[in-house]
Amino acid sequence: MLAGGMAIAALLIYLSVMLIAAHVGRRRRGRIDHHTGMRFILWAGAIGPTILLLVLLLTALPMMRPIEAGARDLAIDVSGEQYWWRVRYRPPGGPAVDAANEIRLPAGRPVLFNLSSPDVLHSFWIPGLAGKMDMIPGRTNRLVIRATRPGRYRGACAEFCGRSHALMRFTVVVMEAQAFDRWLVKQAAPSPAALAQSDARALFRDYGCAGCHAIQPDAIGRRSIGPDLGHVGGRGSIAAGVLPNEEAAIAGFIRHPERTKPGIAMPSFDFMPEADARAIAAWLRSLE
Amino acid sequence: MIGKLHARAQQLRATLWTMIVPPSAWAAHFLACYLLAAITCAKLGRTAPVDRTHLIVGGFTLLALLVIAASAFIAWAQRRIEGDPPPHDDSTDEDRLRFLATATLMLAALSAVAVIYVAASALFFEDCR
Repeated sequence: MLAGGMAIAALLIYLSVMLIAAHVGRRRRGRIDHHTGMRFILWAGAIGPTILLLVLLLTALPMMRPIEAGARDLAIDVSGEQYWWRVRYRPPGGPAVDAANEIRLPAGRPVLFNLSSPDVLHSFWIPGLAGKMDMIPGRTNRLVIRATRPGRYRGACAEFCGRSHALMRFTVVVMEAQAFDRWLVKQAAPSPAALAQSDARALFRDYGCAGCHAIQPDAIGRRSIGPDLGHVGGRGSIAAGVLPNEEAAIAGFIRHPERTKPGIAMPSFDFMPEADARAIAAWLRSLE
Repeated sequence: MIGKLHARAQQLRATLWTMIVPPSAWAAHFLACYLLAAITCAKLGRTAPVDRTHLIVGGFTLLALLVIAASAFIAWAQRRIEGDPPPHDDSTDEDRLRFLATATLMLAALSAVAVIYVAASALFFEDCR
C-alpha cells in the first residue's frame, strides 16, 4: 500500500513538473522584468522555504519530548544473549514473570524497557514501535515505548553479535490493555501441563533439558541458562523467531540446534530417539 | 540618527574579515549553546528542569542577532553606495565594496536564520533527556 501511494505521489510530482515546464515554455521571454524576477527568487527560494521549515521545526520539536514512564507503569527487563532474548515482566505490585523471545505489550500504556546484555553488544530494535537501543554488557539502557495499535510487530537484533546474529529475532504482540492484564496474570501461574506428571515431563528432566531451561513459575528449575519454557506453547515461534512453533520443528531443533543456529550454546541431542524428541516437543507445545 | 549611521557605515572599509562576522557570530552562538547544555546536564543530571539555561540561551541568541543585525546594516548601507550604473563587475574599489557588502548581507540572513533555528530547539527542551 505504501509503495502504491509513493508511486502515485511520484506520478503527481512528475505531471506537475511537466505542466509547469510546458507553461513556462509557452510564455514570452522578458515578460518578467529583472526586479520582479529577483523578488520572486527571494520569496519563493529563500524566505518562503525558511518560514516553512521554521513552522515544521516548531511543530516537530514538541513531539520529540520523551515519553514518561513512572513507578506505576509496567517495566520489562530484556537481556540480549547469544542468540536469544531473556524477558522478565515486572508489573507494579505483581510478581515478576519470566519469558523469552516474545514480548507482549498493553496498547496505549507506556512501558519501560531495561535493556542489558551478559555477553556481547546487541541492539534491541522494534522498527514499527521505536528506534534502536544498544544492549551493552555491564550497563542498563532505558527505553520507553507506548504502542498505540494492537497487532504483531517484528523485532530484531540490530548489532552484529556473532554467527547467528541474523537469526536473533523476536515478535512483539501488542494487545488491548485489559486482555494484556489477563494474559499476564495467567503467565504468573504455572501451566497445568507443567505440573502434571507425564512421561514427556520425565523425559525433559532425564535428558537434562531442565539443567538449562526452567519451566517457570515454580514447575521445574529456577533461573534459566537458556530460554525459559514455562509458557512456550503460547508463543508464535521458537528459536528466537526463526522456526514455527510446531512439533516437528521443535523436535528437529532439540536434536540438531546447530543446523538452525550456527554457534548456538545449546549442545546437539542427535543421540535422542526421534520418538522422545517428538514427545518432549508435544509436551512443550502444551505449556500454554 | 539612522541617516548618520548610514553615512558612517558607508565610510567603513569592507574587507574579507568583515564578511565573516555574521557566520562567526553563528558559530560562537552554536558553540556556546552546546557547551552550556553539556555543562548544565553534566551538573544537574538528566531529569532536572533547565529553566535558567533557557534564559541564558535567550541572552546568547539576542547577542548573536544584535551582532548579525549590525553587520547586516553596515553591509546594506555599503551596498547602496552611490557610483556608476550596473552591472557592478569592474575591478574598482566601489564594485569590490558592493560585492563584499552583498555577500555579507546574504551571509547575515543565513546566519540569523541558523541562530534562530538553534535557539528554537534549545528553548523547547525542559530537561536533559
